[in-house]
Amino acid sequence: MKWFDYATPASVGEAVGLLTAHPNARLLAGGTDLLVQLRAGRKETDLVVDLKRIPELNAIEYDPGRGLSIGAAVPCYRIYRDQTVARAYPALVELASLIGGTQIQGRASLGGNLCNAAPSADSAPLLIALGATCRVAGALGTREIAVEDFCTGPSRTVLQAGELLVSLHLPPPPAHSGARYLRFIPRNEMDIAVAGAGVEVVLDDGKFRSARIALAAVAPTPLFVREAGEALAGQPVNEASIARAAEIARASAKPITDMRGTAEYRRHLCGVLTRRAIEAAVERAREGKR
Amino acid sequence: MHNKVRVRTTINSEPQEFLCEPRQSLLECLRDIFGLTGTKEGCNDGNCGACTVMMDDRVVTSCLVLGVEAEGCQITTIEGIARGSELHPLQRAFLQNAALQCGICTPGFIVAAKALLDREPNPSEEQIRLWLANNLCRCTGYDKIIRAVEQAAQEVRA
Amino acid sequence: MKTQEYSVIGTRPIRHDGADKVTGRALYGADFQMAGLLHGYILRSPHAHARIRRIDTSKAAAFPGVRAVMTADDFPQAPDRLVDLGEGDTPLSYARGNVLAKGKVLYKGHAFAAVAATSVHIAEEAAGLIEVDYEVLPCALTAPEAMQEGAPILHEDLKTKEFGEQTGRVSNVAEHFRHVMGDIEAGFAQADVIVEREFNTATVHQGYIEPHNATALWNNDGRILVWCSTQGAFVVRDVTACLLDVPVSRVRVTPMEIGGGFGGKIPVYLEPVAALLSKKTGKPVKIVMSRKDVFEATGPTPGSYIKVKIGARKDGRITAAQAYLAYEAGAYPGAMVAPGAMCVFAAYDIPNVVIDGFDVVVNKPSTAAYRAPGATNAAFATETVVDEIAEKLGMDPLDFRLKNAAKEGTRRADGPKYRRIGCVEVIEAMKKHPHYSAPLGGPNRGRGVAVGFWFNVGLPSSCTISVNADGTVNLVEGSTDIGGTRTSIAMQAAEVLGIPAEDVRPTVVDTDSVGFTAVTGGSRTTFATGWAAYEAAQDIVRQLKERAAKLWETDAASVTMERGIFRAGDKSITFQELAAKLDQTGGPVVGRGAVNPRGVGGSFSGNIVDVEVDPETGKVTILRFTAVQDAGKAIHPSYVEGQMQGGSVQGIGWALNEEYWMNGSGTMMNSSLLDYRMPTALDLPMIDTVIVEVPNPGHPFGVRGVGEANIIPPPAAIANAIYHAAGVRMNRLPMNPPAIMEAIWSQRD
Repeated sequence: MKWFDYATPASVGEAVGLLTAHPNARLLAGGTDLLVQLRAGRKETDLVVDLKRIPELNAIEYDPGRGLSIGAAVPCYRIYRDQTVARAYPALVELASLIGGTQIQGRASLGGNLCNAAPSADSAPLLIALGATCRVAGALGTREIAVEDFCTGPSRTVLQAGELLVSLHLPPPPAHSGARYLRFIPRNEMDIAVAGAGVEVVLDDGKFRSARIALAAVAPTPLFVREAGEALAGQPVNEASIARAAEIARASAKPITDMRGTAEYRRHLCGVLTRRAIEAAVERAREGKR
Repeated sequence: MHNKVRVRTTINSEPQEFLCEPRQSLLECLRDIFGLTGTKEGCNDGNCGACTVMMDDRVVTSCLVLGVEAEGCQITTIEGIARGSELHPLQRAFLQNAALQCGICTPGFIVAAKALLDREPNPSEEQIRLWLANNLCRCTGYDKIIRAVEQAAQEVRA
Repeated sequence: MKTQEYSVIGTRPIRHDGADKVTGRALYGADFQMAGLLHGYILRSPHAHARIRRIDTSKAAAFPGVRAVMTADDFPQAPDRLVDLGEGDTPLSYARGNVLAKGKVLYKGHAFAAVAATSVHIAEEAAGLIEVDYEVLPCALTAPEAMQEGAPILHEDLKTKEFGEQTGRVSNVAEHFRHVMGDIEAGFAQADVIVEREFNTATVHQGYIEPHNATALWNNDGRILVWCSTQGAFVVRDVTACLLDVPVSRVRVTPMEIGGGFGGKIPVYLEPVAALLSKKTGKPVKIVMSRKDVFEATGPTPGSYIKVKIGARKDGRITAAQAYLAYEAGAYPGAMVAPGAMCVFAAYDIPNVVIDGFDVVVNKPSTAAYRAPGATNAAFATETVVDEIAEKLGMDPLDFRLKNAAKEGTRRADGPKYRRIGCVEVIEAMKKHPHYSAPLGGPNRGRGVAVGFWFNVGLPSSCTISVNADGTVNLVEGSTDIGGTRTSIAMQAAEVLGIPAEDVRPTVVDTDSVGFTAVTGGSRTTFATGWAAYEAAQDIVRQLKERAAKLWETDAASVTMERGIFRAGDKSITFQELAAKLDQTGGPVVGRGAVNPRGVGGSFSGNIVDVEVDPETGKVTILRFTAVQDAGKAIHPSYVEGQMQGGSVQGIGWALNEEYWMNGSGTMMNSSLLDYRMPTALDLPMIDTVIVEVPNPGHPFGVRGVGEANIIPPPAAIANAIYHAAGVRMNRLPMNPPAIMEAIWSQRD
């Protein structure tokens, strides 16, 4: 690995200043992607900016009225150890405990997962399904961006020079809602998703009031399949309506063939995973567990 | 001119101070600066768990931590697991159950398993397997490792 | 000795090196430190096949912190000859060429230059400044591809050897051999059922957790001192001496603790380079491979194309069997096709057999042994065809195997006739295991069985034992301990001496300090080095009888020893008491054992496995796994079980997910432990073991090596289970989810 310097800003403003002064700087939260990429020569930098001393990037705050805010550098293990989060967002807790293994979860953050902008990022589909937004800070102030609009291509995001992701915001869980992220991996842990599906459903008296569905690893970015969710709205909860939504998701996928799976297989998985994730989310909504 | 960084940390309960290059991983610092070679390198990208150490209240793969990030932290390595001259129940259980063959993964497994037992003294087989999925062993097929952790958990509870 | 009377053998003492290995104190190769140590970095080819037109190292040499740069030109250019690499002979030019390529690179990751610098980061950065002008050549990546007319030729000087004769024909086929027994056509003519299938298996890696490493010091007295992780210190000594063109006595190799090998740490990659860099710098040089280097540039085991045809009568007797085995050697000849051919039908008594083997070079890393090398590929083919025939005949798959099982006196197609073996006993143990008749307990589940054979090897081993005044002994041996063999060797000495295993202190020493000892491989260590320890202990007993005779002023021939007590008439003395009297009876007692045993006993292994196949994703879950193996005599049952469990799980990984995923230009795309997908703890159930003991008549304690046979049956057993769960016969490895899904789809069409 080539030499780089190291900085630990104490505030968002200080971090933005460093980013502006060093266009080649890289942000370090958990480092589970960054250090691997630097070592493999896939990225280079002359300055690593460690975000773990900035309070806003390391806080978890929940308010039943406003929802949940997770600092961009908060490691996964803090999310799943948080009892409040576990009660309000069980699908999020599951998500935090399936990224990497135990040790990776000791470091990796949802914000970092999103900023790394891998098409296979596990965090994106569920965050999209849950209607999460990103709070981004830059020299000109802060802005909010929906998670589905955050990634623009493999390893590319909407972040402009001098900008950084500060936190993620999830709205309060709607009544009678349930969510679930399911991914397919050949092993049972420590794998990159071959395909993934994140779903949130809101039920209303035996029918879907609304639903949001997003997919992982089947397009250059995490894929929000708005039409699949809309197809469920107002429909009765049954095999046929769920199958229709799953088919829309399957047809929307634009996967490639690589070492993790063929395009055909991935497209097929999108249908299977979407169906299973909707079913699991419905079950959760019915049990009142989200 | 590049400058090394001064880091103050605690390693195996001893306050320590060292100079390192920002690009050096915590794994490199432990091994090359402190001679704590019980922490092993197997892949250098976080996937084998051989370099597992405790960092404050969590386990991490020290290859994916920069040495400079140890500032102000409490680090525990395999060398800090035994209680003086007495082996930790996990270490004893690994020996009694023949839970190691070549032994290169053993430090990582023991550090990770200790973190589990510290939090959950009565883990199910499934919980143990899930918790240890970030640690690869190529010799044992895991069977005897799981049994060793189960036995140690019993001992820790007693 | 009678088997039932052992007091140490068959017990489960704590391993002697245990405390060091659970506290982090044990020193492995990469842990070696020395004042003034420099760090080496190897520069590797980005192309699978290319001519190197020019290498310019000047910028690298000028980089601050760099102390030396070298290429293959720095090796002494000794004339070509055959050299022993631990498990077979190879031309020196090939051995040297794999360590550092000259003129041409033959696979992505092929080493061709090296840098020594004050830190590993500097060495790596400087290596990036070496300028290379390549002429990229087309590549051949599989055996069938490389065998085609007009395929890119790897070695212009490689001519096919056919049926033992040089043909003079330049091709990628290094060798074509054939084993024939009986009359194959007549055999198939007698058959009522014939099944013929084709198989493709991917290249897979041993996957040891510790990367290769070596430290070398070219000392001022001209001696070359090496510290490394190896399965055979003497192989490293001999190969290093050979490549550096010095006598073997100039090289001393100290084997450090080793973090797994499975055959992959027999070849020498780094030591000669570290030694030359040390010569250039006057400092010790350490080189440690990255994980990517390990995948891309150390020996995986061959991928293969296999055709198997078996015919049987209605009564269940196999009448004929034919196999075509084309194995990828990687960049240099030496695919493990010969052992594959030995093992392909080795579990069965078949009168008419033809086996064709092809050793084919391809643009992949030069292959190495991997636990029963060659046999797993072959058994995957045979054991799935056998299953299909049993099904067609309406026979229970174990009954069918029992009916045809090899036994004492059965002749194998490659020549040898079996002595006492445990094939029948292993299959019978499988049949009566409760697992075999247990309900499957759900839909989409299936049970499969398979068996496998490995012949094991003997080879030389040396050992000395010295007696301490406190009644303990020090045992010195030369076999790298990868899985507890210090203890299984010490236990054999303890059994002879009648003392507890804990009273033997075993040490693995450097090549200056013990007699020649061959590699820890071929399931030979507990068998052969254990035998050397047995001989050394017998030597001690002989000498101590003389000492007792001296004390009692009687004839040594009248002294007996049993369970550590020496007796003559009414006099008796314990081993410990006698050890305390060495000074007064003539001085120290040192025993020695040096063996080159021939009485190797092969080991049979069998699996019962239950799987569940998700019909929508193709994912296989291993629900239950039982491994049965003939150990001859289990010295330390825990470590025998450990070998069985470890081999089984490597076989499971091979079956389900592991593979070199190559792109069209010969780059392995999944060269990390993330994407190579070895099994984690969460992917497995407990692995039940049944140790069968059919003593090997060729070993004093009946030992058969148990290190390897256990990896052979899992892929076939799992394939058979998948068939019973999902209705598809898999004919390729790995049987990963997309492959199974494709098989399910194509069956529906």
